[in-house]
Amino acid sequence: MTALAESVAGAGGVAPENPVRPARRGGGAWRFAVLGLLGLYFLVPIAASVWFTVRDRGTGGFTAEYYTSIPGSDGFAESFTRSLVLAALTVLIALVLMLPTVVLVNLRLPRLRTTVELLTLMPLVVPPIALVVGVRSVLAWAPDYFLDTPLADVFFAIQEPELPWILVFVYVVLALPFVYRALDAGVRGADLRTLTEAARNLGASWPRVLLWVVLPVLRTSVLNAAFLTLALVLGEFTFANILGFETFPTWILRISGSEPQLSVAVSVLSLLVTWLLLLMISALDRRRGTKENP
Amino acid sequence: MLTALGAAPFFLYVGVFLLLPIAVLAVEAFRATDPVTFEETWSTASVSAVTEGVYRRAYLGSLQLSLITALLSAVLGLALAVAILRARRGRLLRRLVLTASGVLANFGGIPLAFAFLATIGTAGVVTRLLTETFGIGLGGFSLASMTGLGLVYLYFLIPLMVLTIVPALEALRPQWREASDNLGASGWQYWRHVGGPVLLPPVLGATMLLFASAFAAYATAKALVGSSVPLVTLQIADALSSNVVVGAENLGKALALGMIVVVGLVMAFYAWIQRRTQRWLA
Repeated sequence: MTALAESVAGAGGVAPENPVRPARRGGGAWRFAVLGLLGLYFLVPIAASVWFTVRDRGTGGFTAEYYTSIPGSDGFAESFTRSLVLAALTVLIALVLMLPTVVLVNLRLPRLRTTVELLTLMPLVVPPIALVVGVRSVLAWAPDYFLDTPLADVFFAIQEPELPWILVFVYVVLALPFVYRALDAGVRGADLRTLTEAARNLGASWPRVLLWVVLPVLRTSVLNAAFLTLALVLGEFTFANILGFETFPTWILRISGSEPQLSVAVSVLSLLVTWLLLLMISALDRRRGTKENP
Repeated sequence: MLTALGAAPFFLYVGVFLLLPIAVLAVEAFRATDPVTFEETWSTASVSAVTEGVYRRAYLGSLQLSLITALLSAVLGLALAVAILRARRGRLLRRLVLTASGVLANFGGIPLAFAFLATIGTAGVVTRLLTETFGIGLGGFSLASMTGLGLVYLYFLIPLMVLTIVPALEALRPQWREASDNLGASGWQYWRHVGGPVLLPPVLGATMLLFASAFAAYATAKALVGSSVPLVTLQIADALSSNVVVGAENLGKALALGMIVVVGLVMAFYAWIQRRTQRWLA
């Protein structure tokens, strides 16, 4: 989860038009040292992982067997599907919750801005494992205090191992910093005040304005937020592990003991998936950029 | 009045799924369950237990690891960011490094641990290569140690630093450097009196984010070391899954509360520094 904090700095490729200080006298040796050393550090594990998974230990040749065996391996389809469903639900709830909030805070309730901003930043600094201990304590109320009440039934229902809704609810909290920042940037960039006032004057209700004016205007920000949340949920381990649900990352850890090559192959693929997701975000950003400054 | 209600779902949601768990944690860390009668009482037993012995070592281990990795990756990430921004024909390089940073900062947790196991684990590619060519292997180095963990943490912390600090570096105007050059200042003087002070708050903020990330990291450590290295996150997981130790659940809560207190103290320190530097810059 730590990883996703990158979007705090603005997701995707940040490509300035001009370098900070173009063409300068000498003194570039340290630059090559830094680039070379770090380049090596970042490339070697990826190259080694690929090598580890395509080499056949027995014959010494190459094999794609570990990659082709992923879809059929025990528990993969189940856990990966579950993670995808969790991700989709998280994206949906996060957007439904945050879109009206961000618009309201920007247009009508600027006084609440600092509070909302602070609250959405909290998940970045509160360690997820501390939060999950708290969530577990609350969930333990059901058998301890609420037994045989409707509330206890709700508590048990959201802990169904097939589709653990409780994970969706906490993943929304983890996604708040990214969703808020992405949507807020979008709202600030667009002239929403004029558009919403025009729509309101023409007699549109607030829900209608949100759905037919705000959503289309902010579509790139919304997609941006959605992709970041998707990447976050697909990689989240702490909550699923501590609460005892099997998702994609906990599945990788479970099979690693018996099938090391398979677990590394899946890891390489998940790097590829992250890369593709972020590529889509930066493509979106670039499209928006060109549209705004032709 | 009605518009204020529009923000209610957000506050309700955050209240239930973020603030309530933290509040419950803060209260229940001071509760104890009698092992015989199952009666609950107020007690500071758990909270004082986590400041001693193995738990104290775990806190110190976590603090040490996250402090060192945060500082190291702050320095290396800053160097990398400066290097790519200054590149003469560097547009391609800059794009490449920034995109890679975006990907690698997101490449934490379980997959990262396995990438390193495949590289320098006991059966890793590099380990075998070294053993076959030099016959020495990694010379006693193990991934399942503080150093090993630190090496892995840098893999997502450095890209995170690059991403958070590049916008701040871009905000340094070339004119400031030109002005200081024209006034006869040396490179060191420029950084000491102009660049450094302007960059200090964002660099500190980014370092704090790195610290919080490293301090909270659980997945990578879990996959790499099990529980052989003293870390708070691993101790919490152990306490929660233990059916043996009486009151382990409360110990877990006290440990988690301690983590929040540590992060809170770091935040307070950061806010204090921020206020001071802002006054000074103004």
